[in-house]
Amino acid sequence: MKTWLDAWPVFRQLTGPDPLGRGAAARSKATENVVSRTATADRVVQSVCPYCAVGCGQRIYVKDEQIVQIEGDPDSPISRGRLCPKGSASKQLVTSPTRVTTVKYRRPFGTEWEDLDLDTAMHMIADRVLEARRKGWQDDNDGKRVNRTMGIASLGGATLDNEENYLMKKLYSAMGAIQIENQARI
Amino acid sequence: MAECHPVGFQWVGEAKARGAKVVHIDPRFTRTSAIADLHVPLRVGTDIAFLGGLIKYVLDNELYFKEYVVAYTNAAALVSEDFVDSEDLDGLFSGFDPERNQYDEASWQYEPEEPPHSGSDHPAEAAEQKAIEQHSDVKKADRAQAAGSGGPPIASKPKRDETLQHPRSVFQVLKRHFARYTPEMVAEVCGIEPEVFLQVARWVTENSGRDRTTAWVYSVGWTQHSVGAQYIRTCSILQTLLGNIGRPGGGILALRGHASIQGSTDVPTLFNILPGYLPMPHALQHGSLEEYCADAAGKAGFWGNKRAYMVSLLKAWWGDAATPENDFAFDYLPKIDGDHSSYRTIADMIQGKVSGYFLVGENPTVGHPNGRMNRFGLANLDWLVVRDLQMIESATFWKESPEIETGELSPDTIGTEVFFMPAATHAEKEGTFTQTQRLLQWRHKAVEPPNDARSDLWFYFHLGRILRERLADSTDPRDRPLLDLTWDYPTHGPEVEPSAEAVLREINGTGPDGRAVSGYLELKDDGSTTCGCWIYSGVYADEVNQSARRRPGREQGSVASEWGWAWPYNRRILYNRASADPDGKPWSERKAYVWWDEEAGRWTGVDNPDFEATKRPDYVPPEGARAQDAIAGTDPFVMQGDGKAWLFAPAGLVDGPLPTHYEPAESVVENALYKQQANPTLEHIEGPWNRENPPRSEVFPFQVTTYRLTEHHTAGGMSRTLPYLSELQPEFFVEVSPELAELRGLTNGEYATLVSSRTAIEAKVLVTERIRPIRLRDGQVVHQIGMPYHWSYSGISTGDGANDLLGIVLDPNTHIQEDKVSTADIRPGRRPRGPELIEFVEGYRRRAGVESGRVGVNGRDPVAAEAGEGSKL
Repeated sequence: MKTWLDAWPVFRQLTGPDPLGRGAAARSKATENVVSRTATADRVVQSVCPYCAVGCGQRIYVKDEQIVQIEGDPDSPISRGRLCPKGSASKQLVTSPTRVTTVKYRRPFGTEWEDLDLDTAMHMIADRVLEARRKGWQDDNDGKRVNRTMGIASLGGATLDNEENYLMKKLYSAMGAIQIENQARI
Repeated sequence: MAECHPVGFQWVGEAKARGAKVVHIDPRFTRTSAIADLHVPLRVGTDIAFLGGLIKYVLDNELYFKEYVVAYTNAAALVSEDFVDSEDLDGLFSGFDPERNQYDEASWQYEPEEPPHSGSDHPAEAAEQKAIEQHSDVKKADRAQAAGSGGPPIASKPKRDETLQHPRSVFQVLKRHFARYTPEMVAEVCGIEPEVFLQVARWVTENSGRDRTTAWVYSVGWTQHSVGAQYIRTCSILQTLLGNIGRPGGGILALRGHASIQGSTDVPTLFNILPGYLPMPHALQHGSLEEYCADAAGKAGFWGNKRAYMVSLLKAWWGDAATPENDFAFDYLPKIDGDHSSYRTIADMIQGKVSGYFLVGENPTVGHPNGRMNRFGLANLDWLVVRDLQMIESATFWKESPEIETGELSPDTIGTEVFFMPAATHAEKEGTFTQTQRLLQWRHKAVEPPNDARSDLWFYFHLGRILRERLADSTDPRDRPLLDLTWDYPTHGPEVEPSAEAVLREINGTGPDGRAVSGYLELKDDGSTTCGCWIYSGVYADEVNQSARRRPGREQGSVASEWGWAWPYNRRILYNRASADPDGKPWSERKAYVWWDEEAGRWTGVDNPDFEATKRPDYVPPEGARAQDAIAGTDPFVMQGDGKAWLFAPAGLVDGPLPTHYEPAESVVENALYKQQANPTLEHIEGPWNRENPPRSEVFPFQVTTYRLTEHHTAGGMSRTLPYLSELQPEFFVEVSPELAELRGLTNGEYATLVSSRTAIEAKVLVTERIRPIRLRDGQVVHQIGMPYHWSYSGISTGDGANDLLGIVLDPNTHIQEDKVSTADIRPGRRPRGPELIEFVEGYRRRAGVESGRVGVNGRDPVAAEAGEGSKL
């Protein structure tokens, strides 16, 4: 009888040392068995939040090659383990059900998306780059050598890695494209 | 800051807990204001008047840090006799050309102590380069930023008056320039009480000097104005006068809004610069490597080594094909010859001048002002590649945009081919972000990206590989730059992912022995070294990825030098030699940071000194010294050609050597200080899709300002698609004061329609005292409307796009748009639907005396053209 009553949270709350029911009184067998996803993860990877430029440290918890949780990294001298609402929600950024993970193609004057395989898309884009480059090519402008194409433009977001920005600027410059811009202008 | 950089704001909280005063200057009351000791709700677009008032207060009351100002700034320099201040020309400086709306900077120069350019290796060439800088096409090409790390070149050393009493000394010029920025004038212009201004002035000055420092923090609230660069200049002048630069607890801190927006500027995907703020070659200035380096050859400061940085970059890109004989392949680089910035390019798209466009993690139809104009641009491309995580609006404009609803766009008329290429998230790739304080932090990869999702590194590496394969047999000299490109990065994994570490190592650079260099001091101009971005040189020192260092903060001192890596040379505070006096001793024990250790014969301190380690404080450059050797032991600003902080800028800004208060382009108020209403050098982009609201228009009587919310991120692709965040901030709203609500009959929680010369949008009304009307002395009441800009038609939480309401006018220095201030009308109820919306907005334009905004197919030909009046595009 005692055991049965003790298992009843309201009884413990009324008779025990936790009258507000926010501690021991509220615990149950189920509570005891709960284990956080961070504890059962296969590995923890140190990363950086992708939203604003404060650069808060993140710990990404992975189980069975899936991200199961993202939390603040207490080691970071910048953020000391904190994350804001966006950083705290960033697991959903990765696991969002509306995320589009396959190539989509809209043909000229088309009314719907079509599927395309990645390799075909890459080669189609390469064809178009070469054609646009040729079409917009200028050896000279107003009598001055410019050695460039005005046919291709690019606008990058400022969540690009430095290494990505570097390859972009390098490749675009080599193809002669100059209208290369970034959110940093905005 | 508490709203948009909440985790960074914890340090403001720490400072406050230790007794710091926190002042929040913002038209809107936010979570920051709630914590602050004082909130200053100034009128939108009046920051120069406010900061100028502080400068006057400091000068009048002799509260500047005298030793610092005399030793470390150009206060003692004499300005040319030809210079005429805006005080004497009613808002214009000398050298203004009203036909081009541009300045000739010739009269802004110092009075030279020596013949101009005599310090240069090639005086004639340097003079020629300097002259070409005044050319209209060069002015338009954002040269100021391209001079970034070196500061704009100045022709010669100035004459000086160390007593600061000479009437043409910078110090006296400054005094006269701000003479009318009195507390009463600040109160009048900014719409605040003089007592509030004086309270801020007292706190700022009492907290500056030997023992104390004051920091200023800004974000796009300063940059996104028609005088954005000058806003920051005004604060620079104030902070320099107070001795708050290069010292702990001081500085002007730009809080940037994206994870690697600092990195995107350092290693730029920007039209006007190459990595490390080297300028993109300009067709009129830079026909050869020699011409390219002429402005720096023989010049004082670290920019004097420009040739070494550039040759090392060319070697990194073109390897063995870059030789002394072919100018290290300098001619492979394309040349710019004007403004090729983002908004100009959109206008060019509408005119059919651009074939293809890549959008890489960017959603311009929502995130940029004037969404309609942006969508017309996309509708006139041959093809568009969108790389993103979600199906963003910039990828679906051809079937779902507001212009489909109005009939201005239709899938049948849009020939744009669209490729949506799924991208990897930050957790699915490795690489570095550079956060807002120049700190590079390496992210380790957690998992593989799903399905076709790939990193942008993968996309560009393989695109380059395919292009090079296609052109392998080409004999066309135009293809040499692609074929000779160093593009042999190691790859790994089933998806053939290129190695980000190999790219970072290339950015760091290698020495003659092929090993990673330890920093840019090792770079040579003879082709024996490589370096992809000289300011990042050192991030791979000792063949170690320094950006991946993660010694826990609690195990380190306050500077935490072993967490990540900051450019340059892992220095956490720039120009920190200024934290010591000219003799090399800390200004005070309380503010000791770096100092000269006489016994050891080197600079030392808690941070890496931003100075040559063994250069003595009493070092005086010998005759003919070059580059860093020409910088004296008492000159902390080592990247500037003269080693000094500039209170007056004799070059580098296209809209004046000193900041001057102008009203925003779309202001409802007359400029109280000058006849000149707005920045005379404003950059406009004209077309029926970018009509401007006239200043002081009765048809558009209210000021609008835009901002972010804590729970959303910019154009919303990374937040409106997430359930948690959409639940926290579920819908688009505008903030209006109870007074404006009453004036216009707006009801809290109901819809209102906002109208400009661009379009009309609707939003839920939030009536709040967080936004207050400003009462000016002449009785005019300025109503301001606050508007978060995260929404559009896709995602979990949807609404009209705030940016559709805004037009595009640009700061002529930076080509950044003035979207922090615009005008509009507001009325209760929902906006008209379909073609009625066009007629509704057109009616507003007619009443305001604005030209028609009607367009033809895909936004191209205006109706005027169809009526035989000729295209205005």
